[in-house]
Amino acid sequence: MATTTTTVPSAGPVAGSRSFLSRLREGDEIARLITFLFAASVVLLTLLLVFELWQGSALPRHKFGFNFFRTSVWDPIFDQFGALPFIYGTLVTAVVSLILAVPLGIGAAIFLAELAPARVSDTLEFFIDLLAAVPSVIYGLLGVFIVVPLMRAYVQPALKDSLGFLPLFKGPAYGVGFLTAGIVLAIMVIPYIISVSREVLLSVPRDQREAALSLGSTRWESTWNVVVPFARGGIMGSIFLALARALGETMAVTMVIGNTPAISASLFSPGYSIAAVIANEFTEATGDLYLQSLIELGLVLFLLTFILNGVARLLIMATSQRGSGMGNV
Amino acid sequence: MKRIAGSFLVALALGAVIWAQGTLSINGAGATFPYPMYSKWFDEYHKKNANLQINYQSIGSGGGIKQVTEGTVDFGATDGPMNDEQLKTFQDKHGFGILHFPTVMGAVVPTYNIAGVEATLNFTPDALAGIFLGKITKWNDPGIAGTNKGVKLPAEDIVVVHRADGSGTTYCWTDYLSKVSDEWKTKVGKGTSVNWPVGLGGKGNEGVTGTVKNTPNSIGYVELIYAESNKIPYGNVKNAAGTFVKASLAAVSAAAAGTAKEMPDDFRVSITNAPGKASYPISTFTWLLIPEKFSDAAKRDAIKGFLKWALGEGQNYAEALSYAKLPKEVVAKETKAINKVQ
Amino acid sequence: MSAHLRWRKFVSHFMLTMTGVCAFVAVSVLFFILGYLVFHGGTSINWNFFTKLPAPVGESGGGMANAIVGSAKLLLFAALIGVPIGFFGAIYLAEFSGGTVAFIVRYAADLLNGVPSIVIGIFAYSLVVLPFKHFSTLAGGFALGLMMIPITLRSTEEFLRAVPRALREGAMALGASKSRTIATVIVPAAYRGILTAILLAFARVAGETAPLLFTAFGNRFWSTGWGQPTASLPVMIFTYAISPYDDWHRQAWAAGLVLLGLILVVNIVARGILARGIAVPRS
Repeated sequence: MATTTTTVPSAGPVAGSRSFLSRLREGDEIARLITFLFAASVVLLTLLLVFELWQGSALPRHKFGFNFFRTSVWDPIFDQFGALPFIYGTLVTAVVSLILAVPLGIGAAIFLAELAPARVSDTLEFFIDLLAAVPSVIYGLLGVFIVVPLMRAYVQPALKDSLGFLPLFKGPAYGVGFLTAGIVLAIMVIPYIISVSREVLLSVPRDQREAALSLGSTRWESTWNVVVPFARGGIMGSIFLALARALGETMAVTMVIGNTPAISASLFSPGYSIAAVIANEFTEATGDLYLQSLIELGLVLFLLTFILNGVARLLIMATSQRGSGMGNV
Repeated sequence: MKRIAGSFLVALALGAVIWAQGTLSINGAGATFPYPMYSKWFDEYHKKNANLQINYQSIGSGGGIKQVTEGTVDFGATDGPMNDEQLKTFQDKHGFGILHFPTVMGAVVPTYNIAGVEATLNFTPDALAGIFLGKITKWNDPGIAGTNKGVKLPAEDIVVVHRADGSGTTYCWTDYLSKVSDEWKTKVGKGTSVNWPVGLGGKGNEGVTGTVKNTPNSIGYVELIYAESNKIPYGNVKNAAGTFVKASLAAVSAAAAGTAKEMPDDFRVSITNAPGKASYPISTFTWLLIPEKFSDAAKRDAIKGFLKWALGEGQNYAEALSYAKLPKEVVAKETKAINKVQ
Repeated sequence: MSAHLRWRKFVSHFMLTMTGVCAFVAVSVLFFILGYLVFHGGTSINWNFFTKLPAPVGESGGGMANAIVGSAKLLLFAALIGVPIGFFGAIYLAEFSGGTVAFIVRYAADLLNGVPSIVIGIFAYSLVVLPFKHFSTLAGGFALGLMMIPITLRSTEEFLRAVPRALREGAMALGASKSRTIATVIVPAAYRGILTAILLAFARVAGETAPLLFTAFGNRFWSTGWGQPTASLPVMIFTYAISPYDDWHRQAWAAGLVLLGLILVVNIVARGILARGIAVPRS
């Protein structure tokens, strides 16, 4: 199939060469304007959202300043609002979920990218993508009826018996708490780690693997010591994406975390996350300071996910470019 | 294909609009405490008035107060009466006031789930305060065991369950504890949302009941019907006169007996720790919050009609659901007060 | 073979098997979830569930008819917001815009995509609920529509860009204006991908609960028109799951099965459409 270049006599595609009237008549200007308005509305809505969050949290920002992030008392009666327990809970559950999800996710991604034949890999990836589509409230449902009783009856007592000397596993086995929330979150974020890591691993150029193998390394050695480090940035990016998802999770967390603003070294302790406290208390926050403190928490969450998502995207882009760039050598 | 989709959309839109005419929808939100009662009431009232839908969402008393003040719902419901500051906020925001209308009375009971214990435990005020302050941590603590000789209490940690949301049930519970324990009064205070020293949070009476039901060695506070219909044991509480009383309709009515004749005009009154040998000490009225003025005459008339029904025929549904009927004097006073709604 | 080499080979086989185990575990979670839902929910799905309104608290025999219709209405309104903005915005990005503007719009869309759903709920509450003084289907639909925008926008843009230059140039060579080209050539060529994008966006927001908590609120009855609060499947699941009533638990499982079933079916259909190729129609 030969590619032909056509010389277009008139009505060239270069904008501005035809008269404004002729463009108007043909509807191009209108089309441009209309579609521009729609595109601009995306920007406007986003700006409006940030503005509302900022404006809506003015009171506590002025009253508490940075102390908002250092105080751990959340007392609506005495108008004392400190964000520390929620930030703590959000971070702890996210970290626990990553500790569980990252090894499992990267392992699965390695399998899908390096070992599985293409059809198997695609089929399994299809199922993993479906897992990512399961709504949060369904995970919450399973969490409440399956994970929590299991934790309370088996897992937490077993951990207590074996590792109870660690401050991490002290305290009564409620079933709900940081650990349970972390486990449910881990299940929710694994698909993100797997699908993104699989893609970056697939984009690592063949010659990297082949060079390692030709030097006598085993399959595993070439994967672990050459391919994975090459894709390191993208894999980190997938972890950040997963982290951002875990931070913003609302429903599944509020159903299994215990809903208590507590800061505790023990993973068995009930806790609270930013998203969960907003979900529980927003409709009843009487008094402007109370409501705006919740909005400020929303702003904090927004900023956290914003930064993480940005960093993640940079990392993933950098790795993919690196892969495609070197592939031409 | 596009035409089908288009006409479908048009039909749907028309359908939605046409459907909207003829049915009056009134929205209310608030306490979970009387939710079983209200859901029955609104369902029955809808059967009698097919063109009227009263949609009530149980989000907690705090939510009821907040949303009716914001104006996003037509009426609210609470078991913790609005304080002066909240009344003023409403007045400032709307230019008119808001009225409290007691609907039924109920009891908040200490419900527990202890492995191997089927008996009804006796709780003293000190025991309850101690448990919820986190000072009594084990079930076999003398503070509990002392009044329950003959019951084998395990040496297990007590799992305290409280409300995670703004709650009138919490208000009643903490109001009682503030009256019987100075330490509670200074350390925690009373309100719809307090800074709990210990415990897990459950959402709504429903959430607390569910959590207690599923968590061994736990104790929580819920409205009587929730404990009864879910068949979880609840304890007797020692009242001001020194008797251990089990929550019941008679005991709640006894608690209200004193106030019935001296009901203030705005109907805001606390009946916790009431005098009298038969009184149940953690009883409370529950109120509907009705704004004084309605811009929509149809809504106003519908609400006034419902209130009259609730104070009359509606009261007959209360006892089957373990809520106590209002004293006659209160009903009479309220019926006159309905005229204040314009 | 030296011992060291044998060890390295052993490690290689072992670790690679472990990765297989990881993949197996990850995929089996999906099947476990499905299986459990089918088991628990399947037994609770009955005619009542689809046709009856919720019964008073504590009484059995109620259903989720209003929640099913409510979810449908919410999604319809969400589509009215999300699809046009995403679709026409993508046309602008792919066909009309210069570099800077495109960058800003894409950045804003990615930002919007990353906003936690509860924060979208806060935004919709202050923008739609408060001014109108009503919880409503409109507010809930608005929140969900916001979440649909980035997905439809980015995916549609990609599929529009993927249409080969030859098609555009051919149309222009025949004298068609830009808008004509887009409407009659480019969009039809990319329609599979666009449809997929819209379906996937639907599936994503159909299960969202948090943004509906203080926008659509909830309703025990049928929601009339668009300005009243409405029940929805995800919120009902949440409310019923944390309650103490066994009958409500059963209904929550049934609703979970229905919701997940719909979402998975839409996902599979969407991917199936895509798999058949972003075909340039050969005429």
